[in-house]
Amino acid sequence: MRFMLLFSRQGKLRLQKWYTATAERDKKKMVRELMQIVLARKPKMCSFLEWRDLKIVYKRYASLYFCCAIEEQDNELITLEVIHRFVELLDKYFGSVCELDIIFNFEKAYFILDEFLMGGEIQDTSKKSVLKAIEQADLLQEEDESPRSVLEEMGLA
Amino acid sequence: MPAVSKGDGMRGLAVFISDIRNCKSKEAEIKRINKELANIRSKFKGDKALDGYSKKKYVCKLLFIFLLGHDIDFGHMEAVNLLSSNKYTEKQIGYLFISVLVNSNSELIRLINNAIKNDLSSRNPTFMCLALHCIANVGSREMAEAFASEIPRILVAGDTMDSVKQSAALCLLRLYKTSPDLVLMGEWTSRVVHLLNDQHMGVVTAAISLITCLSQKNPDEFKTCVSLAVSRLSRIVSSASTDLQDYTYYFVPAPWLSCKLLRLLQCYPPPEDGAVKGRLVECLETILNKAQEPPKSKKVQHSNAKNAILFEAISLIIHYDSEPNLLVRACNQLGQFLQHRETNLRYLALESMCTLASSEFSHEAVKTHIETVINALKTERDVSVRQRAADLLYAMCDRSNAKQIVAEMLSYLETADYSIREEMVLKVAILAEKYAVDYSWYVDTILNLIRIAGDYVSEEVWYRVIQIVINRDDVQGYAAKTVFEALQAPACHENMVKVGGYILGEFGNLIAGDPRSSPLVQFNLLHSKFHLCSVPTRALLLSAYIKFINLFPETKATIQEVLRCDSQIRNSDVELQQRAVEYLKLSSIASTDVLATVLEEMPPFPERESSILAKLKKKKGPGAVSVTELEDSKREGGELNGGGDRGPDTSAMSASNASTPSPSADLLGIRSSAPAGTAPASAGNLLVDVFSEAGPAAPSAAVNDDGFLRDLEQPTETSDSLLVEGSGDSEFVCKNNGVLFENQLLQIGIKSEYRQNLGRMYLFYGNKTSVQFASFTTSVSCPGELQSQLNVQTKQVEPLVEGGAQIQQVLNIECLTDFSDAPLLNIKFRYGGALQNLTLKLPVTINKFFQPTEMSSHDFFQRWKQLSQPQQEAQKIFKANHSMDTEVLKAKLLGLGTALLDNVDPNPENYVCAGVIQTKGQQVGCLLRLEPNAQAQMYRLTLRCSKDSVSRRLCELLAEQF
Repeated sequence: MRFMLLFSRQGKLRLQKWYTATAERDKKKMVRELMQIVLARKPKMCSFLEWRDLKIVYKRYASLYFCCAIEEQDNELITLEVIHRFVELLDKYFGSVCELDIIFNFEKAYFILDEFLMGGEIQDTSKKSVLKAIEQADLLQEEDESPRSVLEEMGLA
Repeated sequence: MPAVSKGDGMRGLAVFISDIRNCKSKEAEIKRINKELANIRSKFKGDKALDGYSKKKYVCKLLFIFLLGHDIDFGHMEAVNLLSSNKYTEKQIGYLFISVLVNSNSELIRLINNAIKNDLSSRNPTFMCLALHCIANVGSREMAEAFASEIPRILVAGDTMDSVKQSAALCLLRLYKTSPDLVLMGEWTSRVVHLLNDQHMGVVTAAISLITCLSQKNPDEFKTCVSLAVSRLSRIVSSASTDLQDYTYYFVPAPWLSCKLLRLLQCYPPPEDGAVKGRLVECLETILNKAQEPPKSKKVQHSNAKNAILFEAISLIIHYDSEPNLLVRACNQLGQFLQHRETNLRYLALESMCTLASSEFSHEAVKTHIETVINALKTERDVSVRQRAADLLYAMCDRSNAKQIVAEMLSYLETADYSIREEMVLKVAILAEKYAVDYSWYVDTILNLIRIAGDYVSEEVWYRVIQIVINRDDVQGYAAKTVFEALQAPACHENMVKVGGYILGEFGNLIAGDPRSSPLVQFNLLHSKFHLCSVPTRALLLSAYIKFINLFPETKATIQEVLRCDSQIRNSDVELQQRAVEYLKLSSIASTDVLATVLEEMPPFPERESSILAKLKKKKGPGAVSVTELEDSKREGGELNGGGDRGPDTSAMSASNASTPSPSADLLGIRSSAPAGTAPASAGNLLVDVFSEAGPAAPSAAVNDDGFLRDLEQPTETSDSLLVEGSGDSEFVCKNNGVLFENQLLQIGIKSEYRQNLGRMYLFYGNKTSVQFASFTTSVSCPGELQSQLNVQTKQVEPLVEGGAQIQQVLNIECLTDFSDAPLLNIKFRYGGALQNLTLKLPVTINKFFQPTEMSSHDFFQRWKQLSQPQQEAQKIFKANHSMDTEVLKAKLLGLGTALLDNVDPNPENYVCAGVIQTKGQQVGCLLRLEPNAQAQMYRLTLRCSKDSVSRRLCELLAEQF
């Protein structure tokens, strides 16, 4: 997989993960171009399309589009299920995930994705293993942190 | 699931994010961000040391700002500091920031690498995984250099935790993809392959991606993976849906791993070991069988996962292309999908069938689905599916169904989406040509194509129909009749006018017997379109008119009248004006015989690969063209470049170049000199030259539309460097300016000046086409020892050369010491997608650094005697290759750069010259004596120089000049 994008129906990019080195300028251009193409497609259309030298696999979940760019020899259907499994992981972690969860906890979304995919390939397909890694991290976080006052949080203290 | 802290870990971050969300405008957002950036900056710069938590929070905010699309130019150091924190979440945010915003700052990379190194050796699996993720996310060369040797060790070590193994495998894969030279598997190979047997499915899933990539590059070293993969696959395929617990996905056992195993097997030919092969065939059959079973779940995830495996299995079957039974079963399965209610499956089935169509075993089976595919082309609502249907029709086309398929594609074209029209047009044109049994059908098809989708008919298509009509005399009459009829339409496409003009100009006589298409009727019909057409088409029509004068003398007066009118003969377009003037003159002064020779019917084109096929390949990549097609074109003997130029073409080219240069053709006001033999300055009227000198010998196409010839000689894609020898070598020895190179696309002019041991050369690159050249790069190299003899410097040119434009490049040349070789100029650019690559010798020769030296007869002979060592002299006796005319010789000797000394040699027939070659290191005095023998048409050339290598080189160079 070359990259994965999450964007909203309004064309706001919510998450981007690039698995090959790409210049920032090119990234922005590609994101813009792809969003335009995907958002223009109608609901019943097929989930695959050819774009440049890549294949695009996308699926919409509620207000969010999940969009993967894969290579010529990659399998489209299994990529659709990569997306689905990622959604399941987010859902399980956040408890019926919605776009806001991903906005406010973007770093967690990245961590979950990293546990699932690495370098564009699947690291583990088991929901249990992936979530175990994330939960461990959260437990560590709990131990780390002592409560802080709101003022302190806002940098006013 | 614990009640995780989620967002409330960093409340300040949440507040900031919701502030941003509440911004009503872009400006407000930027204002809020700038405020935050200022705040963070002051915190980072402040005297008070920040605790880890605050650092984490601010780094996270910066990350958020960056992901919103804003630039971040600070905070890297703080992020790097977080890496060495002992708190997991701080470390994690640090790594996240680094992976997203890595900076190639070398100092930083060193610090990052240090932190990673510490984490890798921490033996804390969570930290190790974080470090490995960071390496994989950044994946830079520096990272590979630092860690490529360490990671294989972690991967295969017995005590490594499974989760770390998984990360290590994929991390290594990423490094291998970026820097394969740094990842050496060597001793680890066999242990990596055996990860396929690992107990832990997650480890196998991760490892197989690595193994597949390594196998593609080193199939032999990894071939033991085949049998391991087959047995693993077999175990999964035969397992019940509950056996694999968490690795079962919607009742499908390990779909990801299954797909990857099938993918890995596609790196290899079918297994040689009978048992292994049997087991694999069994697996494939089971997969095909399962597709027929009722689904275990109605969820789309179940069917997707199951079918993902099925499609991967079919890919493997197609890859092997050796099991007819499986191929036909695959085809039947795909046939069912063609009518499936899931759009995705229909799309994939059409795509997959395209490859099946090229297998001899399944081609016939694919053909049985023709009606369904045609129906898909007509009724699918999604253009990308229709595109696949069109591809499949193209792939399944053969002689038996060509007429049906071409007809369907033509009728689809009327309503086809704009995005795919051009490709459709190419496909129709190719099929029509390839399967044309009778050429009248072919001509009809192409004319229909122009009528229906004229705007999308590229030049290649109409050139091709002309090539074919010219080459096949059985279709010429029909073609003339059909274009004549097509032109009757009140509004016909300009491409139709082009084809019509060309064909009637060549073969109008074949239908002139019918009074309804008498010569004048034909002419009036063509001319009625003239004013609606663009310049190139008008130019073509003018050529058709002059051909008419030859074909039908009775039209001469009418046509001359047209040519003579102001709108032609004074046309503001140079090309049109020149054609009008020349054709008018030609028709009035040439005798009928001359006219008939000059305007003779075009000779047949050499058989070559269809230019449209080449275009489609370019468009779609080689994979788009089926195997049979490639073989066909090979059989036709179509060498890519048509085996070089034919005589008539070349001579016509040079003649027409000179007579009607396109606006960009002449760069320096110097005509490219005609080939040796016709050299004597033909500055006068070229047409007169054609008549006086070459009359009957002039090639048939001598005065002709360069448009046709030039364009039909479309260059085909080749990336081999075309080394053009010679011309630069001898032609420019005695002159400094001229056209160095010219083909259909590009003209290169040079202008140069030399003083002492320095020279400056201006290169003018002219784009002769109307299409932009992209990625235009030039480089000058001094091969071998020339490197130490000559110093050539230049700046890079702009990478884009617009159609018709000319760009200039300046070379600064310094002669360090005497030399023999020429520097090489390499030019690369893309023209319509095809890479053009050209290498030329630059005409920099040692004599360019001559300073003339005047001297008396006495001095000359004194020095001549001083240079009396045998190796200082070089002599050659040779036959005259060019005119021995005194003035010509003098001009050449002066052009050489030496002083031509009068009254030195006792024999006035002889020429003597003197000069000094200036190099950086030394000056080389040279004396030259040229003794012509007019009777014998021979010369004797003698050189004496203070350096023997210079004598030899000059002698070589000059011997070719006279």
